[in-house]
Amino acid sequence: MNLTLQVWRQPGPEADGGLKEYQASDISPDMSFLEMLDVVNERLIEAGDLPIAFDHDCREGICGSCGMMINGVAHGPSKATATCQLHMRSFRDGDTIVIEPWRARAFPVIRDLVVNRGALDRIIAAGGFISAPTGSAQDANAIPVSKQDSDAAMDAAACIGCGACVAACPNGSASLFTGAKISHLGLLPQGQPERFRRALNMVTQMDLENFGHCTLFGECQEACPKQISIDVISRMNRDFLRAAVTAPSDRAASGGDG
Amino acid sequence: MWALTLYRSTIGKKMIMAVTGLVLVVFVIGHMAGNLQQFLGPGRMNAYAAFLKSTGELLWIARLGLLAATVLHVLMAYQLTQIKRAARPIDYTRREPQVSTLASRTMRWGGVLLLVFIVFHILHFTTGTVFPVASRPDAQYPAFSHTDVYGNVVSAFRNPWVVLFYVVAMLFLLLHLFHGAWSSVRTLGLSKPSPDPLHRRVSTVIAVVVWLGFTAIPVAVFFGVIR
Repeated sequence: MNLTLQVWRQPGPEADGGLKEYQASDISPDMSFLEMLDVVNERLIEAGDLPIAFDHDCREGICGSCGMMINGVAHGPSKATATCQLHMRSFRDGDTIVIEPWRARAFPVIRDLVVNRGALDRIIAAGGFISAPTGSAQDANAIPVSKQDSDAAMDAAACIGCGACVAACPNGSASLFTGAKISHLGLLPQGQPERFRRALNMVTQMDLENFGHCTLFGECQEACPKQISIDVISRMNRDFLRAAVTAPSDRAASGGDG
Repeated sequence: MWALTLYRSTIGKKMIMAVTGLVLVVFVIGHMAGNLQQFLGPGRMNAYAAFLKSTGELLWIARLGLLAATVLHVLMAYQLTQIKRAARPIDYTRREPQVSTLASRTMRWGGVLLLVFIVFHILHFTTGTVFPVASRPDAQYPAFSHTDVYGNVVSAFRNPWVVLFYVVAMLFLLLHLFHGAWSSVRTLGLSKPSPDPLHRRVSTVIAVVVWLGFTAIPVAVFFGVIR
């Protein structure tokens, strides 16, 4: 296949960027999208140019490192597929492909297609954990979990934190990501002690990171390579509302001045 | 303070929009149903209008409630739009919406049009301040009257521009309700998990019924069904 690429090139966080055109010739339809970029990069290096920088790690759709806007769609045209699992057979010979980084104030560009997704890590750090006793391992099935809850929690836990939801959202909202993390822990008995404080803290952090708000366009759910449902956003809102209304203040929780 | 926590968060702001939006949804359903009495003749319509006016303080409580809901709804929409703009300072060269509906994408500007419509509508039928008459005024109802609601409607909708404005505004109301009635419930977390969360039966029915009911009156007057 022969393709024309229009790739966002930006030398650094503060530098100006722009779309640059490259010819990707003799591409096998069996290559993955990232392998196609590898081929283009090898040729760029041979020609003495700087290769196109992009994030990648496992290349099997489970690490959440890769991700780019491909022809205006997060992770490209295949549904439920991360960029690394997208194959060139999804395109036609002679196509022009526009490749841009995720765009959000919370995701500053580091270089070319690489963005800093540390904001998602800080949302996790704000409450994406449970209290577990260490040292004495419990019996594996000591705590009963209903099938429905365990399924729903596993669906939410499938989130790989790639940031496609933010990228696809017209508002640049991280609601699907934060909702998935809050739901995955909040649905399980192990996540109950911190359930409401978690919702409050993670949502507060999400707002602090300058993500937008949710208007239920549904674009995030469609872009998500793990097909996480916007149901998690309803659940997050429910937990957040209850947390905001009922959570005791920190002073009361610490037992006051006495 | 929990109210401040809510007000300061994007989710809380969206919940204020959802609650005020639902108040307004209930209002438009009632308003539409009441207005349909225009089809039952001047006696019924004017008696209904006189009854509403006779409620005195209750009418004012309802009016102030609706005003407060509208002001909060618009204020939150404005603030959230500013937040949203700041969240993506550099836009994509190319972005292809996949599943978002026309309704969801016209919430902001359609909402602005509805606000303009509401202001005009109050000046038009409530106060009579702005009352464009037709090029060929109705002999029976020549001017605005505070006691003859039926006549005002007949007189107003003989003007094709007024009819056009109402019909267009109601199309945007259809879109606004189709997305808003559904998304408010989801925003408040009142929806059950669904295998197809973008599917909305109840709000489709509400949007279409309200649209048909409201559009029927100007169209019926314009084509002489109501005279």
